[in-house]
Amino acid sequence: MFRNNYDNDSVTFSPQGRIFQVEYAQEAVKQGSVVVGIVSKKYAVLAALKRNAEDLSSYQKKIIPIDTHYGIALAGLASDARVLSNFMKQQSLASRLTYDRAIPLAEITARIGDRAQTNTQHYGKRPYGVGLLIAGVDANGPHLFEFQPSGVTQEMLACAIGARSQMARTYLERNLDEFEGATREELIKHALRGLKESLAQDKELTVDNTSVGVGGMDEPFKLYEGQEITNWLETTFENREGGAEGGESMEVDS
Amino acid sequence: MNHLPQAWGRPRDDVYGAYDHSYFQTSGPKQSTQQPIVTGTSVIAIKFKDGVVIATDNLASYGSLARFTDVKRLRQFNKSTILGFGGDVSDMQYLDRLLLSLAIRENYSSYSSASDDTDDTSNLESLNAKNLHTYMSKVMYRRRSDFNPLWNQILVAGFGNDEKPFLASVDLLGTTFSSPSLATGFGAHLAQPIMRKVVPDEASVANLDKETAVQTIRDCMKVLFYRDARSMDKYSIAVVTKDGIDLKEDEKLENQSWAFADRIKGYGTQVV
Repeated sequence: MFRNNYDNDSVTFSPQGRIFQVEYAQEAVKQGSVVVGIVSKKYAVLAALKRNAEDLSSYQKKIIPIDTHYGIALAGLASDARVLSNFMKQQSLASRLTYDRAIPLAEITARIGDRAQTNTQHYGKRPYGVGLLIAGVDANGPHLFEFQPSGVTQEMLACAIGARSQMARTYLERNLDEFEGATREELIKHALRGLKESLAQDKELTVDNTSVGVGGMDEPFKLYEGQEITNWLETTFENREGGAEGGESMEVDS
Repeated sequence: MNHLPQAWGRPRDDVYGAYDHSYFQTSGPKQSTQQPIVTGTSVIAIKFKDGVVIATDNLASYGSLARFTDVKRLRQFNKSTILGFGGDVSDMQYLDRLLLSLAIRENYSSYSSASDDTDDTSNLESLNAKNLHTYMSKVMYRRRSDFNPLWNQILVAGFGNDEKPFLASVDLLGTTFSSPSLATGFGAHLAQPIMRKVVPDEASVANLDKETAVQTIRDCMKVLFYRDARSMDKYSIAVVTKDGIDLKEDEKLENQSWAFADRIKGYGTQVV
């Protein structure tokens, strides 16, 4: 009866000046599990919550290292992220081949931004249903960029996208002042705490469902998963879990 | 001048006769450059502890004719990178346009807005000499692989990734090499031995100061003018340092001494 007539393609404006297909694509990003990114003066960190379709299946990859100096975290359609990440890998390699230079993060971000925007301008095409956080280090220092299906890209100090990411953003906004001078370990802790804020009530961060990506001025971007992040999870959340028990045992001791 | 735009800037038909269009081939096999036509001679450059000195003369020769005497063959790319072109001048002009488009792409700040908040946008990391030399080598190798080479040998001077002085060469085949001092064309025979006395190896670059480096280059330009028949006494010289590029494009050779000339025997019609 009241069908929306203006969402059949991504090139038609609604009378209110909206392009519904682009807005639907942005909804797809909100359906994806949460990813968090933060930069300090020397480091860029990504943290992501992985989801598995069923208990017996593996977890969906959330952080993709692109080049030695940067990687991306995705929220939304993983297949679209695969297309974009392949493009980014190719462009990064081309930059190294033709200029012997690690591609500046601002440049690669602009390139996928342009690519995503053209998708919203051609009949028969659709916007990418994925949001990305692009984090790493280039000649100008550490950077974090946010990419949206509309083609909008922004440089961020800290950012979270995906399901329930508002909680993580609130945490990041509250602690914003600490990020710039934070050490590597502190920055990872902030990212994990931000990630934790966005979790559903009955969920926990475990070595299975958490990914961390770290890039720095003097270290290549690396993806940490599984046993590699045990320590970070333990030290970050010791107050929460160990706090109640530890408090009791302390009393017993005294 | 008449009212026909297509005739503007061309020799007038009523004075010189109609233009012979058969000169332009409209059919036949595809042809590419077989030899350079209007040429520039040597480019010479030397590294010193804080940068690089590079020089060329301002002559473009048409065969043995000194055809153009005010051709600038040093081209500044950005605040700390400069190129010197030897060989075909039209190919140099093509590369000049190519580099201009690259510079515009590189500096147009659609994506460098991230650095807008910093006061000085000039310290924004752009392509350095190492990056540009790699790019030039790809351009030159691509063209030689198309059997249509750009007939140049190019010296790129500036700073590398390690912020140390950078000097490297690329030629029409895409061959690249690097050395504390480099010279193209006749300079490779006449100037290079002089420069090598000053910087025999990479280690001696650290002991060479700017004044000595500039003086060496000026001496070499003089020697080249003495012995290279396709050279002239007006030249360009550039000093690349961390503070930027000091480019002078209208230098004259000073203190020439042709006293050695009457001892030279055995040229042309001279029989004694």
